[in-house]
Amino acid sequence: MNQKRKLYITTMRGLMVISTALTAALVLFLLGYVLIKGIPNITWELLSTKPSYLTERIGILPDILNTVYIVLATLLVVLPLGVGAAIYLTEYARNKRLVSIIEYASETLSGIPSIIYGLVGMLVFAGNFGTSLLAGALTLVIMNLPTVMRTTQESLKTVPQSYREGAFGLGAGKWRVIRTVVLPGCVDGVITGCILSIGRILGESAALLFTAGFAHSLNSIFTAFTRPGATLSVALYVYAKEDGEFGVAFAIAAILMVLTLLINLAASLVGKYFAKRRNA
Amino acid sequence: MKKRLFENTVHGIFLMLGLITVGCVLLITVYLIVSGIPAIKEIGLANFLFGKEWASTATEPKFGILPFILTSVYGTAGAILIGVPIGFLTAVFLSKVAEKKTRAVIEAAVNLLAGIPSVVYGLVGMLVLVPGIREIFGVPDGSGLLAAIIVLAVMILPNIIKVSITALDAVPKEYEDASLALGATPTETYFKVSVPAAKSGIAAAVVLGVGRAIGEAMAVMMVAGNVANMPSLFESVRFLTTAVASEMAYSSPGSLQRNALFSIALVLFLFIMMINAALNFFLKRSKEK
Repeated sequence: MNQKRKLYITTMRGLMVISTALTAALVLFLLGYVLIKGIPNITWELLSTKPSYLTERIGILPDILNTVYIVLATLLVVLPLGVGAAIYLTEYARNKRLVSIIEYASETLSGIPSIIYGLVGMLVFAGNFGTSLLAGALTLVIMNLPTVMRTTQESLKTVPQSYREGAFGLGAGKWRVIRTVVLPGCVDGVITGCILSIGRILGESAALLFTAGFAHSLNSIFTAFTRPGATLSVALYVYAKEDGEFGVAFAIAAILMVLTLLINLAASLVGKYFAKRRNA
Repeated sequence: MKKRLFENTVHGIFLMLGLITVGCVLLITVYLIVSGIPAIKEIGLANFLFGKEWASTATEPKFGILPFILTSVYGTAGAILIGVPIGFLTAVFLSKVAEKKTRAVIEAAVNLLAGIPSVVYGLVGMLVLVPGIREIFGVPDGSGLLAAIIVLAVMILPNIIKVSITALDAVPKEYEDASLALGATPTETYFKVSVPAAKSGIAAAVVLGVGRAIGEAMAVMMVAGNVANMPSLFESVRFLTTAVASEMAYSSPGSLQRNALFSIALVLFLFIMMINAALNFFLKRSKEK
């Protein structure tokens, strides 16, 4: 082997290993740095109170609750819409042109940056309902629609055609086939879609800043949706950038980091579980 | 008869659900155009796009967004320049060289990188990167284009790695076997056979990275400094996204300032639509292969 070839091989191998090591080191550093800086700042008081000007203490309970509310509301709306759209695409649509238009629209939605969702959500939803958790949740519904559609569609494709034909052969109508054969088959897609959406909602800030606002007041689930409120990510931004409260910001960052880890773990476990069940 | 009516109703409901994404895209497009056009009309398209000065709250306000456009373009280009080589090489390593276990661990790490909220990147950037740049380069303020480029490069890394791996995994084994049988070493085979065979998918990965980088707002907002300067590495700059985000809260509805922000969003939207079209083109080509 000549010198030049040897050099090429060594260089490329070296570069590959260095790049991979760099990527891994980056993840380790981010994880370690955020957890080390954040965890000491997480106290029971921080988690269980709201910010008070009297005691000059910061609590993130309102932000935690707002995050939970907004996740629930978004999922409640996006799941039926996304699953329905996926069922239409795989079970009903016969017109290829229409299918490709819908799929193109869904790809376009997933490429639009969150700041643009924030602006349009501000005009459409906050304009009608005021700056509120409801406006924020509706904005997030549009953002997460393509995700739920895609995961559901993928799992629908794994339902064997013969199941449907069998049900039709027994005299079932289309709706009955969908309800009894198709829907149970897409549970894994719906669960995966849920997990991915939760991850995206937890991390979202730009789309919520102008739709759900950044108030830290404590709301019950019945009144929350008409009032503005910050989720954890938005609160992190406000505490870090506007207030310079880096301790609180890192505490929130550590919480978000742990949640992200859990979500990734859940997604891969669900994927493995259903893959095993399908092959069994 | 009754059954058919019922089935038709159900079909109609599902059709409506199916069309919802199309409706959303139309809604977003129409709203952005309707709210973006007035300010452009008032300022003049050329003044708006090529004006070098942005002073929205001055007594004689100026609305030129060239600094934002150039910052977004340079910032994205910089992030691609750093992020793509690292991501691409990592993808080749994971797809072709790494053992199964190593690959699983690093892929999990990459997924974590993809899931970290952008505000967390911003926070770490603010407290590690910005002081670091100030120390290393001896500049008065570390926040600026360079900090934004590095943060964006890290943020697009997982997208590039994941899409490239998918493309590289799909290369038929026969290609590689043939190359090996002809006497090429494994490394030569990966880079001279596998990579060219997967080039549409890798191009899609790059385009996806461009879209991510140009659309990111919050992380950039926290490290770029936010002054409407013409782009330069160590100076405080504003991107298209941060220009919208930073003034939206205090601009009053109906004012020329707020309308101009919508016009900026419209420009950003046009960029994104072009990138989407390119992405679709590459994805389709890599699927056809």
